[in-house]
Amino acid sequence: MKVIILGCGRVGSTLARLMLRDGHQVTVVDKNIDAFRRLGPEFKGTTIIGNGTDEETLKKAGVESADVFVAVTNGDNTNIMSVQIAKTKFQVPKPLARIYDPIRACAYQELGVDTICTTLIDSRLIRDHLLGRELGLAEDYCSLNDEEAVV
Amino acid sequence: MYIIVAGGGKVGHYLTRALIDAGHEVLVIEKDRVRAAYLTEEFGEAVTWGDACEVRIMKESGMERADVVVAITGDDEDNLIICQMSKHRFQVPRSIARINNPKNEDIFKRLGIDTTVSSTKIIFNLIEQQIETDEVIPLAPLQRGNIEIVEADLGPDSPIIGQRIPNIGLPKDALVISIIREGHAILPNIDVEFRQGDSVITLVNADKEAELRNVFEALPR
Repeated sequence: MKVIILGCGRVGSTLARLMLRDGHQVTVVDKNIDAFRRLGPEFKGTTIIGNGTDEETLKKAGVESADVFVAVTNGDNTNIMSVQIAKTKFQVPKPLARIYDPIRACAYQELGVDTICTTLIDSRLIRDHLLGRELGLAEDYCSLNDEEAVV
Repeated sequence: MYIIVAGGGKVGHYLTRALIDAGHEVLVIEKDRVRAAYLTEEFGEAVTWGDACEVRIMKESGMERADVVVAITGDDEDNLIICQMSKHRFQVPRSIARINNPKNEDIFKRLGIDTTVSSTKIIFNLIEQQIETDEVIPLAPLQRGNIEIVEADLGPDSPIIGQRIPNIGLPKDALVISIIREGHAILPNIDVEFRQGDSVITLVNADKEAELRNVFEALPR
């Protein structure tokens, strides 16, 4: 698959390596050239410097022919906007936005944006680990339960 | 009207001032605490310190009763999210987004934000001598009698396409004075049918401008 990863932080860089190892074609986009250091010297994918909500940058990264577009920058709003562009304007088949804020994640899930809320996943996983509970199913950790999310 | 201004930078500051002077109830939301304190000196309780993208702040600001939300921060992605959330989560009837990167105008439209303002684009258009927007825009206020000349570009969703002037339900104090079609001005008579792409020039009592807007524009999706 042709995978575009927006944001080369810890998650972005790790995901890029995992996807490459599984034989996918990976392009990583970040505003900051220094971020690409996290990919390591052996990295065989493509890197693009630019703003992930800018169409030209996305085109340069190959969004028009991408199978997957994942946004994992540290800005929720940047992730939401870039994924909406990838989905509505460029019809990327599998777009995904990582959103820290559970409320925003729920709201955009309802609006048809594919979201993953690692705040909820991490908190539930850590809770179960601390309480010595048997670990649940991935879908339980990923579920966007509104009541739980509302602060 | 109750108007929420998201972003208390220079534009937010002067917009808030102008809206308050015009007699509106206004709340400006500013993320930076120092900046919020500065605005509070001038506007008192009309200032909230917080991130306008946070649902908690939106709730505290009473967004569910807002008539208009103006997202005017320096970040387009924040403005998009504020407008989308105000529309879908709080059913605010009108939201206006400031766009910093003119290329985002098309994206905002696709994503359901119909009213956008791009100062970059306005200045560019002024230089290019052609102001293009598909909103109903006031062309000139006439000093006597509170009358304005407004222009409306008919988009594909406009409800009046295919209709004639007597049938579109114009407000009483409005008069269609010209239709610009394919670059030519037409003096309208009752037989002319509106087409997509027409620019309709109307004289209207300033109080009826909102009503006129409803005649020309598609209902919010």
